[in-house]
Amino acid sequence: MRHGVKGRKLGRTASHRLATLKSLATSVFKYKRIKTTVAKAKEARHLVDKLITKAKRNDVHSRRLVAQYINDKDVVKELFDEVVAKIGERQGGYTRVIKTGQRLGDAAEMAILELVDYNDVVNEKATENKEKREAKAQAKKEAEEANVVEESAQESAKAEK
Amino acid sequence: MPHPKKRMSKSRRDKRRTHYKATASTLGTCPNCKEMKLTHRACPSCGYYSGRSVLVPKS
Repeated sequence: MRHGVKGRKLGRTASHRLATLKSLATSVFKYKRIKTTVAKAKEARHLVDKLITKAKRNDVHSRRLVAQYINDKDVVKELFDEVVAKIGERQGGYTRVIKTGQRLGDAAEMAILELVDYNDVVNEKATENKEKREAKAQAKKEAEEANVVEESAQESAKAEK
Repeated sequence: MPHPKKRMSKSRRDKRRTHYKATASTLGTCPNCKEMKLTHRACPSCGYYSGRSVLVPKS
C-alpha cells in the first residue's frame, strides 16, 4: 500500500520524472508563468519553492546546488540576480497555481503556474496583447466600413443609371 | 468456478442501468462578468480569478 507516500509519479520512471520537473522549473524561472497540467504544476511548485529558498543564501555552494536542477546557466544567473531580489522578504509561498479548466483533446485539467511577485510583468504583457487585439478589431471595423461605403456608392451609381 | 446460470435479459440489464445517472456540475457566477463558471477555476469568458485578470480568453 502507498499510504502516506508523498508526491505524484506522473506516469513516469524516476529519471523521466526528474527530467520533467527540472524542465518545468527551468521554464518557470525563464518565463515567470507557464501553462501545464494541474498535477505537473502542483509537483513542480515544490521544486521551484525549494530552489528559491536555496537561492536566497546566495553563495557559491547554493548556486551549485540549485544549478543541479536547472537546465540553463543563464536562468540560474537570472534566478540569483533578479528573482531573489524581487522576492525579498517573502517567507515561502513564492508560486501560485491557478486552475484554468480542461484541455481540448484529452480533457486534462490545466493550470497556470506562476511566480507571485511577477504579477506586473504578466499584466504588462496582457495589456500589450489586449492593445494589439483592439487595434486589430479597429482595423477590421474600418475595413468593413470602407466596404459599406463602396457598396453604397456603387448602388447610388446604379440608381443614377 | 461459479458462472451465471442464465443470460440476463435486456430488460433486467436496462433496469439496472436506470441508476447510472450523470450529475450536474456545481457552477458559480463569475464576480467579474457574471457568467456561470466552474468554481475554483479562472473564468473562461473573462479570464479573471480572485479579482485579477489571469489569462486572456480565446475569443
